[in-house]
Amino acid sequence: MTTAAPLTTTPVSKAETKKLSAAATAKAKLSSPWASLAAVVLAVIWTIPTFGLLITSFRTTEDIRRTGWWTTFTNPLFTLDNYKAVLDPEQAGANLPDSFLNSLVMTIPSVLIPLCLASLAAYAFAWMNFPGKNFLFIAIFALQIVPLQVTLLPLLQLFVSWDIDGTFWTVWLSHSTFALPLAIYLLHNFIKEVPSSLIEAARIDGAGHVSIFFRVLLPLLTPALAAFGIFQFLWVWNDLLVSLTFAGSPAISPLTVQLSNLTGTRGTAWYLLSAGAFVSIIVPVTVFLLLQRYFVRGLLAGSVKG
Amino acid sequence: MATVTYDKASRIYPGSERPAVNELNLEIGDVEFLVLVGPSGCGKSTSLRMLAGLEDVDRGRILINEKDVTHLPPKSRDIAMVFQNYALYPHMTVYENMAFALKLRKTPKSEIDRAVKEAAALLQLEEYLSRKPKALSGGQRQRVAMGRAIVRQPQVFLMDEPLSNLDAKLRVQTRSQIASLQAKLGVTTVYVTHDQVEAMTMGHRVAVMLDGVLQQVDTPRALYDTPGNVFVAGFMGSPAMNIKTVPLNETGAHFGALNIPLTREQVAAAREGGDGKVTVGFRPEAADVVGESADALPIVVDLVEDLGSDANVYGHADLPGGSERFVVRTERRNMPHMGETVYIRPQTTALHVFNAGSGIRI
Repeated sequence: MTTAAPLTTTPVSKAETKKLSAAATAKAKLSSPWASLAAVVLAVIWTIPTFGLLITSFRTTEDIRRTGWWTTFTNPLFTLDNYKAVLDPEQAGANLPDSFLNSLVMTIPSVLIPLCLASLAAYAFAWMNFPGKNFLFIAIFALQIVPLQVTLLPLLQLFVSWDIDGTFWTVWLSHSTFALPLAIYLLHNFIKEVPSSLIEAARIDGAGHVSIFFRVLLPLLTPALAAFGIFQFLWVWNDLLVSLTFAGSPAISPLTVQLSNLTGTRGTAWYLLSAGAFVSIIVPVTVFLLLQRYFVRGLLAGSVKG
Repeated sequence: MATVTYDKASRIYPGSERPAVNELNLEIGDVEFLVLVGPSGCGKSTSLRMLAGLEDVDRGRILINEKDVTHLPPKSRDIAMVFQNYALYPHMTVYENMAFALKLRKTPKSEIDRAVKEAAALLQLEEYLSRKPKALSGGQRQRVAMGRAIVRQPQVFLMDEPLSNLDAKLRVQTRSQIASLQAKLGVTTVYVTHDQVEAMTMGHRVAVMLDGVLQQVDTPRALYDTPGNVFVAGFMGSPAMNIKTVPLNETGAHFGALNIPLTREQVAAAREGGDGKVTVGFRPEAADVVGESADALPIVVDLVEDLGSDANVYGHADLPGGSERFVVRTERRNMPHMGETVYIRPQTTALHVFNAGSGIRI
């Protein structure tokens, strides 16, 4: 064989350079100073409420009750008392450290279970042939129409009859089932986008369904899994309704329930709310920062041409 | 060491009346390079995918090495396939791409390493082994796809238009590389293309398909010299053969004033179902440009393609049935100008005569 190397050393085709230049002009237009200024202003306005909440969480009880957070700039007085109070079960009237753990115990399986099941189901719907496939897929898609609230009471009855009420199982099961239709639908669309020749190449290389799924598809699915994982994590972490219905008892109640108790049922310690909210925010922010690096575009680049 | 046999293999897509591949009978010999060619939608890719096991065989059988593989999954057929769009695993390096099939077979690591290195050396991919496909050019990706097939040492190579995504120059280069690689490795190869030049230059034998039906299988030379029917005659060769259906009389075919003499047997065969007509074809290079003469066909030149070595002259002639387009190849120094009238005379030894009704060669 004679070499083809001299012809093939530059992988940038003409079309790509054209695209680049189009992107470059767009970028040049968007990065004008006025556009940047507008973006900064928007970002500041958007952040102000959160910022106010953050400052409030460091203010004394007295100040919180009497003045707005912006007065701190003229009369700075900060304290960690709120955080101490929030984290101390005796003082807050609500056991935040325990419920923090409860939240984690509730959320992690509620994310992992639907992710695992949905990605498997999505693969089956996208790349396997079995009788009733289309009907089942439409049925699953249609399940999204059912409002969550409608199912709460029947589910509770079911859980009671199964004797698992008041355990974490209730939350895991309900969150998983609520998440599955959308998860299957989203992942199915994503898996369907993978070029069929890639799957066929793997089949010819000798891969069965299991190998195709784990060795070829799963690595390509990470952006979708990360995206759905974050969505589901935030949704479950911030959920109050399902937890309140199924996990209202103090032993297993999550942060959201306890935080609402701070203001709601007792009504006395609402000044602790901002500190509690920031304790609760830590985890979702960490999760987001950890997973966002999986949002890689162009994961399929180089696989197929055209 | 393998032969491939299609035994009346048919594929009928669900919800479709007409078979995509209709009772395909084809014998492919050991170490043979067979090219399946035809216009798009003719069933050539479907035939290949039936052999690969990616497409069901609805009727008939497919045998590899005398063994019935009709209902076996792809992985049990010991075949390797190169896809039109390469279908490389984007998350794996070149090395992992080539090693994937062997890894699945649980081949020992040292052996995988040896096989991959060997194939990489053969395809000049050594320096790219640790790269991901997206960091490769089109030609390199194509070679990785080839490497992935070679590493497996399969019984049969299947190639589905592997060159159609390369630019023209690289395509010509890779074309000869694939042909010599196949000769060196000695593996039976089935190659699908819509490009008749690829088919002519690469194949030991070429199978021409149309509408799911095999038209003719033969060596490229035989296909070119004695096409079995009108479709094959028009499909093989570029520019295409001049094929006209004209009135028939006792002695030959009438191109207006020009009478092209046919033998008595040819006339007799053309009469049957021909409705008083006969289809005559001659290749662009099998016609002479002559001076003004009564027994030559006058043609008004519409376009002249100067190819450097020679020229293609496109023009039209007014025949009794209406205006007909012709193309002839001339030497460069005889190149006519546009609008000029030239006189052409087909060489009677290189005529292709077909029955006007059935389209079958006489």
